[in-house]
Amino acid sequence: MTDSRPVLTMTGISKSFPGVRALHDVNFRLFPGEVHALMGENGAGKSTLIKVLTGVYDTDQGAITLDGEPVSFTGPMQATAAGVSTVYQEVNLCTNLSVAENIFIGREPRVFGAVRWGEVRRRARALLASLDLDLDVSAPLGSYSLAIQQMVAIARAIDIKARVLILDEPTSSLDAGEVAQLFRIMRQLRDEGIAILFVTHFLDQVYEISDRITVLRNGGLVGEYLTTELPQLSLVEKMIGKELDVLEGIEEHSRRDLAALEEGTPLVAVSNFGRAGAVEPFSLTIHAGEVVGLAGLLGSGRTEVARLLFGADRTDGGQVAIDGTASSLRTPAQAIDHGVGFCSENRRAEGIVADLSVRENMILAMQAARGWLRPIPRRRQDELVDKYVKALNIRPADPEVPVRNLSGGNQQKVLLARWLITEPRLLILDEPTRGIDIGAKTEIQKLVTQLSDGGMAVLFISAELEEVLRLSHKVAVMRDRQMVAQLANDESLDADRIMQTIASGSHREEADR
Amino acid sequence: MTTGTLTAAGRTRFRLPRKQIPVLATLALLLVMYGIGVSQYTAFSNVQVIFNVFIDNGFLLVVAVGMTFVILTGGIDLSVGSVVAMTAMVSAALLQDGMPAALVLVIALLIGPTLGLLMGCVIHFFEIQPFIVTLAGMFFARGMCTFISGASIPITDGFWTSMSQERIGDPRGNFVSISVLIAFVVVVIAAYTLAYTRLGRNVYAIGGNPQSALLMGLPVGRTRIAVYTISGLCSAIGGILLSFYTLSGAPLIAVGMELDVIAAVVIGGTVLTGGAGYVFGTVLGVLVLGVIQTLITFDGSLNSWWTKIVIGGLLFAFILLQRLIGIRYK
Repeated sequence: MTDSRPVLTMTGISKSFPGVRALHDVNFRLFPGEVHALMGENGAGKSTLIKVLTGVYDTDQGAITLDGEPVSFTGPMQATAAGVSTVYQEVNLCTNLSVAENIFIGREPRVFGAVRWGEVRRRARALLASLDLDLDVSAPLGSYSLAIQQMVAIARAIDIKARVLILDEPTSSLDAGEVAQLFRIMRQLRDEGIAILFVTHFLDQVYEISDRITVLRNGGLVGEYLTTELPQLSLVEKMIGKELDVLEGIEEHSRRDLAALEEGTPLVAVSNFGRAGAVEPFSLTIHAGEVVGLAGLLGSGRTEVARLLFGADRTDGGQVAIDGTASSLRTPAQAIDHGVGFCSENRRAEGIVADLSVRENMILAMQAARGWLRPIPRRRQDELVDKYVKALNIRPADPEVPVRNLSGGNQQKVLLARWLITEPRLLILDEPTRGIDIGAKTEIQKLVTQLSDGGMAVLFISAELEEVLRLSHKVAVMRDRQMVAQLANDESLDADRIMQTIASGSHREEADR
Repeated sequence: MTTGTLTAAGRTRFRLPRKQIPVLATLALLLVMYGIGVSQYTAFSNVQVIFNVFIDNGFLLVVAVGMTFVILTGGIDLSVGSVVAMTAMVSAALLQDGMPAALVLVIALLIGPTLGLLMGCVIHFFEIQPFIVTLAGMFFARGMCTFISGASIPITDGFWTSMSQERIGDPRGNFVSISVLIAFVVVVIAAYTLAYTRLGRNVYAIGGNPQSALLMGLPVGRTRIAVYTISGLCSAIGGILLSFYTLSGAPLIAVGMELDVIAAVVIGGTVLTGGAGYVFGTVLGVLVLGVIQTLITFDGSLNSWWTKIVIGGLLFAFILLQRLIGIRYK
């Protein structure tokens, strides 16, 4: 593998934007038949490097060669035509078209200008079969899960005789089984000699799939390593550029005594909350200062639980008691009145208002709680915003920047700040660390522990079991839209046991019948 | 892991031919309405009744076909009614001045697509909402009508009158006009374009997700401009057909027609947000409007405004239907 000549080299790449040096003298090479992970924190220059490679940006300096020939693409289309295909984090296909059409649109086989639909379907079937996927190619893409859609996107990419396949965070919205399927396809393509550039925030995945790792930091090259020769801890240190012991402190937290917390009246106690078609009725109590983790596969009903607790969806029945008093959570406004805050998983669509500034985004929820007729004085706004920009280490530390200019991790922090300003008693965090880098992730995790130490109750939803284990006092496990177990986070609880609970949920269900 | 398990575990949703449901609903509605007509009025079963619906609505059908392209991309074209009127006006005025019919046809057929092309360019290059751009186009074209003449201009040209009076019939005396044939040719070409050409498929892709379409390397800008040009061309053809039908150009004809056209397209099952719908559905939508009119005419006691009331109710029902079956699964 290492003996062969690289299919792609990038040498001395530099790229500046006004006021920012995004890349500085970066080298990168990609060999045929390898999976090469590009690692770095948000803002390290990964996206810029990919965009330079695919011709979205020009380079200021440096050279790119493909098969030894110098190339300079003017855009993704030209790059694709030359065999460099990109599959983005968000599936960029049309869900209203059929699977087959999504693979071939723009280059359908035709006779006299007429699309040969039979041929399109036949070739789509053959291509998907080569990836071991058995789909109804005539069905609309939207009828398949996100994971399948992602694989269709890969099928589209490799059909163009791709030699270099760039996967930009393809796994961030997939669950474990779907990731396994994706990796199977990646290995297959690698064995066929395709060079794969893989960007992800999941370290475990890097070690599972990649052969080689290139680390970027602050726009500069840290180095290129063989995966087998780089221990995980050193990788993290290289990415953030300092020794990492912050995680250790957090570990202790969750092992605290759950019993002490559970004395007294629960802050929120719901019983038989549920919604037909979304989630089976469940009961859950959350005490002040308690972090309740919600674990389960993607689509197991985690978000649905959160939405019911926030009143975003209405429960079909059941009771809720807040501070021991019967109450109701039927609309978000009611939930906010009771001190519930909800950081949505879908920060682009449901949370962040991209065109508003950091300050305006932060103030939003508090203003809503006060009512629109009582504006918050500007001085008070500035105080609050400054406080949270500092506390959460939001970069750039300028409250008047439009939020769209911030990286994903910083947007997430702004969203968090929005709810923290309202001083909620129960904060629901739905996948707060998804798609953000390890540094920001650690900061958010630290924040959660601090908040709970300060008496705030947190419902923490995450696909990463380790994270749930690290932070939670109690873990509620979801499976197939049912809450199948609530486990105290004591010494005996580990990721394996949660996985077993997720897996065995079905047996219990069958036994009931 | 085997493929079978993934497909099963991959949360494949309940699947019906969802895309076809709105069209099938329109077809069912049409059959029910026709059934009511036949059971209430003996003369309704006459084939000529259907033919008359086509004769009276041929121009509407052509314009609706153009609108289908626009709505499929998620856009809207409010200028069609005014462009129809302007085309008829220009034709009438030029014929009055003694210009040969063939030349008048060419000029009249160029005006609509030119305006459409311009509007498409403004929409694409300046990223302005189609609603407001075509609203401007609507005022402009309507203004041009009164600019040409404040009063109705009769058409006496030989070609026009012959097109108006030509009857293509069967031995039993049922007939259609030339306009109906032209409308059918337009429908067939449009249906073929949408189903079998790259342009047509790009229209659906843009309606589904313009951002994705762009990243898939599809010519989004070109397609978007093309649909407004096509809509302009269809409006121009519709204007000519209308002038065949009325043998005049009147500045205030076809006022509000764009709304009838949009209603017909939506009742025909095309989703207003784009990405799903068929030309065949639009044909059914136009027929539904025509049959409602015919039913109300047959009744004789009902005010013709009842047509609007019924159309309003149907529009509501169909938009609700689209919402309920969740045609945009995203």
